[in-house]
Amino acid sequence: MNKIKTTTLLTTLLAGIAWGVQAAPETFDFKDPKGVNNAVFKLDAPLESVNGSASGISGTVLFDPENPASLSGKIIVASESLTVPNPMQKEHLHSATWLDVATYPQITFESKTFANVKTADNVTTGDLTGTFTLKGVSKEITTPVKLTYLKDKLSARVPNLKGDLLVIRANFTINRGDFNIQRGQYEDKVSPTIDLSLSIAGASPKP
Amino acid sequence: MKRLLQILALLILLSTAGTWLVTGANRGWTKTSIPVKTLDAVTGIEGISYQPKFLPGVDFLGAGVLGALLLGGASLFFRTKTTTPQTITKTATP
Repeated sequence: MNKIKTTTLLTTLLAGIAWGVQAAPETFDFKDPKGVNNAVFKLDAPLESVNGSASGISGTVLFDPENPASLSGKIIVASESLTVPNPMQKEHLHSATWLDVATYPQITFESKTFANVKTADNVTTGDLTGTFTLKGVSKEITTPVKLTYLKDKLSARVPNLKGDLLVIRANFTINRGDFNIQRGQYEDKVSPTIDLSLSIAGASPKP
Repeated sequence: MKRLLQILALLILLSTAGTWLVTGANRGWTKTSIPVKTLDAVTGIEGISYQPKFLPGVDFLGAGVLGALLLGGASLFFRTKTTTPQTITKTATP
């Protein structure tokens, strides 16, 4: 009788542990070995809009497919990786009067809350609120995001690695003046707003 | 000198305009690299990489036209060489 009780207790305990492991959020690393992750930025200008991208993306995100609303994490963009096709514009962009990449080497977004979460199949949408830091200025912003959870797809992307992928897409607009980027200056030449578009994939390898 | 400057101005104007037209008459700024998009089949993300390529823009065209105008203008400061017919004066010997 005691043996049966012990077996039942052990089974319950193991099942509990297994459930706990399953329910734990996965950690996704956004340092992309394929270099595909990018953040695109656009500033309207009279002759031609200034379009560029940043590729130096890193950071980690905790995501639980069973509880997507618990999403949390931090995404970092290396300021130095911001590129535009015109060399003079790139020089200006990196200079102290614009982004000052030497003093502020990182642009970051750290999540706080994830609201209005809706999930259909492997796609989750919602409004992500977090702290966006640019040129040393932090502001709370809310942006709609789309998450695509690709279970067991890591090996399709990186051979010899098993695990899951999480794709995050977000589009939002910021006012450059809010982040001390030439506030009130050159607004006739370069738009005061910057459109940002993020398309990144993170990997959660499994043993 | 005048003729040389005028020829040089014309050459600069034609080569600048020709290069700009041949490379696609880009009406934006000059670019030294162009973005190339590649689709990641697994994630569906469009990756962006930059390939070095010189794409002259309106600033390149403007610089060429300005250079040609300056040379053409400078040529106006030089006089055209004129050959005056020589007159032989005969002096009567006493």
